[in-house]
Amino acid sequence: MPHDGHDHPQNSQLPPLALRVKALESLLVEKGYVDAEALDVLIDTYENRIGPRNGARVVAKAWSDPAYADWLKRDASAAIASLGYMGRQGEHMVALFNTPVIHNMVVCTLCSCYPWPVLGLPPAWYKSMPYRSRTVIDPRGILAEFGVVIPEGQEVRVWDSTAEVRYLVIPERPAGTDGWSEEHLAGLVTRDAMIGAGLAKLPA
Amino acid sequence: MNGPHDMGGFTRFGSVNAEADEPVFHESWEPRAFALVLAMGMTGSWNIDEARHARERLAPIIYWSSSYYEMRFYACIMHMIELGLVTAREVESGRMEVLPKPVRQVPAAAAVLKILASGGPSSRAANRAPGFAAGDKIRARNIQPEGHTRLPRYARGRAGGIVTVHGTHVFPDSSAHGKGDDPQWLYTVRFTARELWGKDTNDSVCLDLWEPYLEPL
Repeated sequence: MPHDGHDHPQNSQLPPLALRVKALESLLVEKGYVDAEALDVLIDTYENRIGPRNGARVVAKAWSDPAYADWLKRDASAAIASLGYMGRQGEHMVALFNTPVIHNMVVCTLCSCYPWPVLGLPPAWYKSMPYRSRTVIDPRGILAEFGVVIPEGQEVRVWDSTAEVRYLVIPERPAGTDGWSEEHLAGLVTRDAMIGAGLAKLPA
Repeated sequence: MNGPHDMGGFTRFGSVNAEADEPVFHESWEPRAFALVLAMGMTGSWNIDEARHARERLAPIIYWSSSYYEMRFYACIMHMIELGLVTAREVESGRMEVLPKPVRQVPAAAAVLKILASGGPSSRAANRAPGFAAGDKIRARNIQPEGHTRLPRYARGRAGGIVTVHGTHVFPDSSAHGKGDDPQWLYTVRFTARELWGKDTNDSVCLDLWEPYLEPL
């Protein structure tokens, strides 16, 4: 139990790290560096408002609308911003289109760069040491851990996000989805598929 | 610097354990820790390159054994102490003992969303022509900078080809050390797995590299 536990009886059940975070928040608010309500807004934004549904909408539109797909290839930042997704950690977007010849896969070996406006905050595995270390040297081994097998003849092209360019993988459109609406198609687009650690779901 | 963050190529960190239907946050303290680090960044006390460099300067044993939000939390505390924004004693007690230092801004709740939406583009106006064009063959320099760099060790000394010319962007090797933006041309460079790892495959790795990292081949 931390030495100052007696001052905070309401915190006595919290683990030490939770106490330290609470202490830092009190300090930074008292010093006037942060606004407690602004913290609530930041959390709500990334917990509830910005997530992979955004990216799925981009992919479904690219599958449905050849002109939009072409725009995404030429200027992904503008094409994605046209749907209202822009800003922090998505200022310079590139869309990577998977084909029968190339399977694209995204990693950040040096930190945790990830396209927040279209995918939200990265999942724990994306920021984990195994994914960050092995994706560049053994991408097929990593893919196997996701249950994905890419045929030998198809190149696995890994994109290590070393600058401020953020990558969104556009998975291949599954067969048997002719005539589907964008909304319906978006339901097949998983977060993992937009990182390249998975494929789009097949129609049920 | 050749720090603990430069993870590409290690093979002994185990397998990826992806969790089905993973929540955005796992521990009760994680959302607050995430938001505190983000909000401190918004005060303008450091730029993104300085923040990354702070994380890289954590002791390797801390960097490798902490969870992601824990690691960012520790780096943020270290950075704030270095800049005189807080003292170690204040961090322990959670109570102010020293008057605050002025910061550029303290965004209120209403301002935060605007800041997120506008982001912080790293592109800058070009003041010279690019040294390379798509299709050029290059070699990543075999350099061992003491400071911050975004050229991973696994690509140094390796030959690759320019795929895309991205324009000029803030150069992290300068920006992380208070030396200004020093904008440099940024390129996507593709290296074959054969060149990087000696593997007999058609797979490849693309990296975004600034011109000072590259030499013509």
